[in-house]
Amino acid sequence: MITAEEIREKYVRNHPSPFCPGCGGGMVLNAMSRAVESAGIDKKDVVAVSGIGCAAWIPSPHWRVDTLHTTHGRAVAFASGVKIADRDLEVMVVSGDGDCAGIGGNHLLHGARNNIDLNVIMVNNGLYAMTGGQVAPTTEHDEKTLTTPYGNPASSFEVAEVVKAAGASHVARWTTYHMKELVKEVEKAVDTKGFSFIEVLAQCPTRKGKKEGMTGIEMLEWYKENTSKDQDSEKMYVGTFCDVERPELTEEIYRQIERLGGE
Amino acid sequence: MSERIEIKIDRDMCKGCGICIKYCPKEVLARSEDLNQYDNHYPEVVSADKCISCRRCELYCPDFAIEVKEVKDEKEEKE
Repeated sequence: MITAEEIREKYVRNHPSPFCPGCGGGMVLNAMSRAVESAGIDKKDVVAVSGIGCAAWIPSPHWRVDTLHTTHGRAVAFASGVKIADRDLEVMVVSGDGDCAGIGGNHLLHGARNNIDLNVIMVNNGLYAMTGGQVAPTTEHDEKTLTTPYGNPASSFEVAEVVKAAGASHVARWTTYHMKELVKEVEKAVDTKGFSFIEVLAQCPTRKGKKEGMTGIEMLEWYKENTSKDQDSEKMYVGTFCDVERPELTEEIYRQIERLGGE
Repeated sequence: MSERIEIKIDRDMCKGCGICIKYCPKEVLARSEDLNQYDNHYPEVVSADKCISCRRCELYCPDFAIEVKEVKDEKEEKE
């Protein structure tokens, strides 16, 4: 098993990171580095694409691979371009919930429909944390945020279910409490041919925790108590939603080019 | 040949979130009284002999500040 010092030397740059104490962002960085290491991929073949927000700072500039820091919500669109241009690259998209499901929601749906070979990690903290904690599409009903001080009147978005329905090959949900499972799931996503989507519930102790009077550790404990690996349980399900084989976009494009006699 | 477990804590990388202390199954770590350069209470090893080298602290640390190493005991090796 790779040690923390080895990860820091091989996969992390500009340390210490700008994340708040107890933030789940660093834990996602830890999980991704371990997954890439144990999958045996050369980090020169990895490209990480991110949009705007706290979660977008996880790969760019802090992950020591090639990174693209793009416009708000467009990470999946940029990543699709990277993948089609060079299909040997392992393209990772790390995006927050506001970036991925809110502003870039349509790109996410069509990425899943196209079933292009991307690994999308959506770090879900339930609000727009970087701008002060405004309500996001993933904010739970009745939850208080900066812009909904009396509770969120709307309901939240079940992003994993939506992406599954849109046609992604591999969809899963974990939390930062489930670190071991998360590392294995990222490894599985890297191996999957097709659109892989992992929703990671991550604690935000500053914007969300302070509003609810919870620390980062208390939020991790909340994830432990309120999630279940049993699909029939009343608690929130964590685990794999689907793992199916479907035609992959870049492969189909290159096959078409070959059939038409192009190079 | 026996192996010794060494817990390395990088004080200045620590942000004092306390996740390692909370998730250690054997209560090896505790919050320090002193502060590091960013005014955070870093973890301190209070009972190193209890460590089972599960490396959970290392897996959970968001800042790569703690590391568990299994070091071969040099003294016994010489004997």
